[in-house]
Amino acid sequence: MRLFLILVLTSLYGNFSISQECDAILLGQVVDFHDNTALENATISVTGKDLQTTSDQDGKFNFTTLCDGVIELEISHPDCKSQFVTITIDGDTYQKISLEHHLEELDEVKVVGGTQKTTNSSQEETLGLKQLEQYSGNSLGDALKTITGVSSLNTGANIVKPVIQGLNGSRVLILNNNVRMQDMEWGEEHAPNVDINANQKISVIKGAAALEYGGDAIGGVIVLDPLPIARSDSLFGKTQMNLFSNGRGGNITSTLTKSFDSGLYMKLQGSLKRLGDLETPDYLLSNTGIQENSISVNLGKRDFLQGWEAYYSFFDSDIGILRASHIGNVDDLITAINSQQPNIINDFSYNIIRPNQEVTHHLAKLNYYRRFKGTGKLDLQYDFQSNRRFEFDIRVGDDAEKPSLDLQLTTHTLSSTLQIDSQNDLEIKLGVLGRYQSNFADPATGVRRLIPDYDKYDVGGFAIGEYKLGTRWNVDMGVRYDFTRLDAKKFYRTTRWEERNYDQDFSDLVIDDLGTQLLVNPVFDYHNVSAMAGFRYEFNTQELLRFNYAFAQRAPNPSELFSDGLHHSAARIELGDLRIKSEGSSKVSASYERNALNWGFTIAPYFNAIKDFILLEPNGVEFTIRGAFPVWAYRQTNVQLVGVDLSVYNNWTQKIRSDHRFSWVRGTDTSSDLPLINIPAANMSNSLSYSNEALHGLTISLESQYVFEQQRFPPNIMVFSPQAAQEVVLDINTPPPAYHLLALDIATAFSLKNKHDLTVGLRATNLLNTQYRDYLNRLRYFVDDLGRNISLRLIYNY
Amino acid sequence: MKKKLNPFYKSNVKLMAIALCIAFLGFSCSDDDENPVPVDEEEVITTMNVTLTASGVASVSLQSQDLDGDGPNAPDVTVSGNLVANTIYSGTIVLLNETETPAEDVTVEVAEEDDEHQFFFSITGALTSVAYSDQDGDGNPVGIDFELTTGDAGNGTLEITLRHEPKKPNDGTLGDAGGETDIAESFPIVVE
Repeated sequence: MRLFLILVLTSLYGNFSISQECDAILLGQVVDFHDNTALENATISVTGKDLQTTSDQDGKFNFTTLCDGVIELEISHPDCKSQFVTITIDGDTYQKISLEHHLEELDEVKVVGGTQKTTNSSQEETLGLKQLEQYSGNSLGDALKTITGVSSLNTGANIVKPVIQGLNGSRVLILNNNVRMQDMEWGEEHAPNVDINANQKISVIKGAAALEYGGDAIGGVIVLDPLPIARSDSLFGKTQMNLFSNGRGGNITSTLTKSFDSGLYMKLQGSLKRLGDLETPDYLLSNTGIQENSISVNLGKRDFLQGWEAYYSFFDSDIGILRASHIGNVDDLITAINSQQPNIINDFSYNIIRPNQEVTHHLAKLNYYRRFKGTGKLDLQYDFQSNRRFEFDIRVGDDAEKPSLDLQLTTHTLSSTLQIDSQNDLEIKLGVLGRYQSNFADPATGVRRLIPDYDKYDVGGFAIGEYKLGTRWNVDMGVRYDFTRLDAKKFYRTTRWEERNYDQDFSDLVIDDLGTQLLVNPVFDYHNVSAMAGFRYEFNTQELLRFNYAFAQRAPNPSELFSDGLHHSAARIELGDLRIKSEGSSKVSASYERNALNWGFTIAPYFNAIKDFILLEPNGVEFTIRGAFPVWAYRQTNVQLVGVDLSVYNNWTQKIRSDHRFSWVRGTDTSSDLPLINIPAANMSNSLSYSNEALHGLTISLESQYVFEQQRFPPNIMVFSPQAAQEVVLDINTPPPAYHLLALDIATAFSLKNKHDLTVGLRATNLLNTQYRDYLNRLRYFVDDLGRNISLRLIYNY
Repeated sequence: MKKKLNPFYKSNVKLMAIALCIAFLGFSCSDDDENPVPVDEEEVITTMNVTLTASGVASVSLQSQDLDGDGPNAPDVTVSGNLVANTIYSGTIVLLNETETPAEDVTVEVAEEDDEHQFFFSITGALTSVAYSDQDGDGNPVGIDFELTTGDAGNGTLEITLRHEPKKPNDGTLGDAGGETDIAESFPIVVE
């Protein structure tokens, strides 16, 4: 807009100029269209004349001895398309030229690459392509654990939920290609339904500061994005195969990308994974196999002024649940905790039997953007997700093939963001969102619904601003509002309804009385506000300080509100509470970073005070004709999480590098002054790597991971054991001892058709076959964790 | 470069606003008022009735009844009377699903799939022995019918556990049998 005005004005002046003197100077600057950064090395030539120059590092150039009048400049840049600009010279003239800068434009999806971060002031880390390739055959959660401060809540080795600075589940958002995953993340044994191979850039924002993705990310946000596709006529592909000794299987994943000069592109990606029963150092883990298939297609056109993308992905997994973890009642649990070996060890098999879970996830997205000069960029997106979850239990007779849980979760989201980045020092992002979600629990299972049928409506809006104050300060702040309405229809047993005193508080919700059960229709509204403010200060080019304060509120999820009954796969009675309200977190985080060639470090402390924190913990037993079951109930309390993430690296020589990471978090229920349940133990990892580009790109690295024993845990509970006919301690909270694991990774590259197009890697995890159990593995009561696993990976680029 | 882009911008904003409105309209309309149907629960056992009979003495019934299943209420355990000392009782177990009317006799299903089921008995105090009186097709015990022998007068407990898919044959202990617990109940017994 501004340029337009200048051009109009200058052309007006031009008409009035009479003299034809040829000593005018044109002073120009070439800048990037969308953020005004200077573009160096642009070639500028005057058409029709033998005048040519290049822009300096400030993007500036000049021509002397120009005649007054209209001239045409041709500007080209290695990363850009050539552009012609007509200008009028009237004496000494200044001209700013905005260029469409492809490479930056390609980063446009806001992928966090290199040092570029999604947020300005919050703690954030990114996984590189190399790391992702190492974890290609594992799950997303496994790969994320290499980030300081990220751990996982496991149900065996295949169900891995990321935990960010002590928080997990609904508090951690997963953005898959700019779509917020809606895959029943509320369950402790529900893993994210994403293929780690579908996206090549994965970053973790620790905390709620990334307001554009949602206001309720009290734990943090995991952003999965594809690598940008170059705008050129090309066709390339990549295939990776991994073979594992533990599980005796592997996976294969392929990506094929076709792009055109016009900006049109198409990407096809697919993965297959098959693993059989896994092994500990001493025994087989029967029924721990996994089968996973996924496919994704991107089709789009990315132009400077506008672009669109259509994306579809399908993810399907069938995961076996350790046979020995399927227990009947509290006595079985006591027996399991006290015995060193699982009670069921079958021969090795690839077959997945009961219990198991079969989950499919469809995701479709349509995105359109348009850029407005002088304003910024407008983005419109619609996405659709369908998540179907079957959980199969060990059942007999006619019901043996019936699932015990059958949920269908469908989500539609419409969102729009406007990014105003025309000013050099100020960037503003505004956005709105509307979402509709419905859950259907199929009654044909013959098992009472754990999660009821519901409809959920979300409307939200946010505004974020980032202001550059001088060369060293960057200040950002944002605010977001979300409205959520949950409209559920649920059957309660009359006895449960009364036991929870709902008959006194919620009698108006009852819409039907069936004698032994009641149909109720809770409609709950939540108004949540989130806000953040922070700054980044650069001491110099190597050292910087980030500081961020974020306040976030999260509405309770359906599981926290409505869980009611025996969770067969966990052999526990889970009870939600209709009285649960939104939780609110106030988090202060800072990080002091040094990034230099020779060495660097990050010190990142944080303090998170959460009011009305919703947690699930064992609090007793209930008796049924099948025996006694531990009761896990949701409750709300005030908690504090305080922790620090540390990392240091040092390049000892050009070939030898070491990395050291440590993270520690302490969680306290401040209402009772007791430790919080399921807080990851302190852990430390150190790695030493050798790399030699000249020697077939050889890299060798030895990694050590030490996980401390969690000393702080809530007290165990006393339960009545029918078998022992007395009250006994249910040792359900005691964490296992500390452990130390070693891993070795060797990779080298070969050149078949192109340089280093084939990479061969060998990796061994739990090298010493150490026997251990992890506090955050829900199967720790029953079995040891995985033993040694030797894997071979082949990566071919074509 | 000289294109006036602002009108575009305005019209797009308008378009977006309209699209959002339509979407929300759609959302609010898609609300259906149909109520979900209650789940017809399967494999439910609410009641275990054990009848102990011996010739010449009064028979005794033991009952464990849990009508709300995994609801909050504990099972009601009743024992109709005392056993006579030094007597051999024949026991018979009947399992019922009383959430249905008339109550469904689940024992029939257990008997049909007797190779996948087994009752386990554990005794203490004044009870001296338990023996199986029935067999499945493979000659392994089932326990729908059993024999209970009392000792001298005193107190004791009889614990009855039904497992499905236990290891068969087994050494008679729950630990060796494995499988899934369908019923576990302990009855206080007085022998006089």
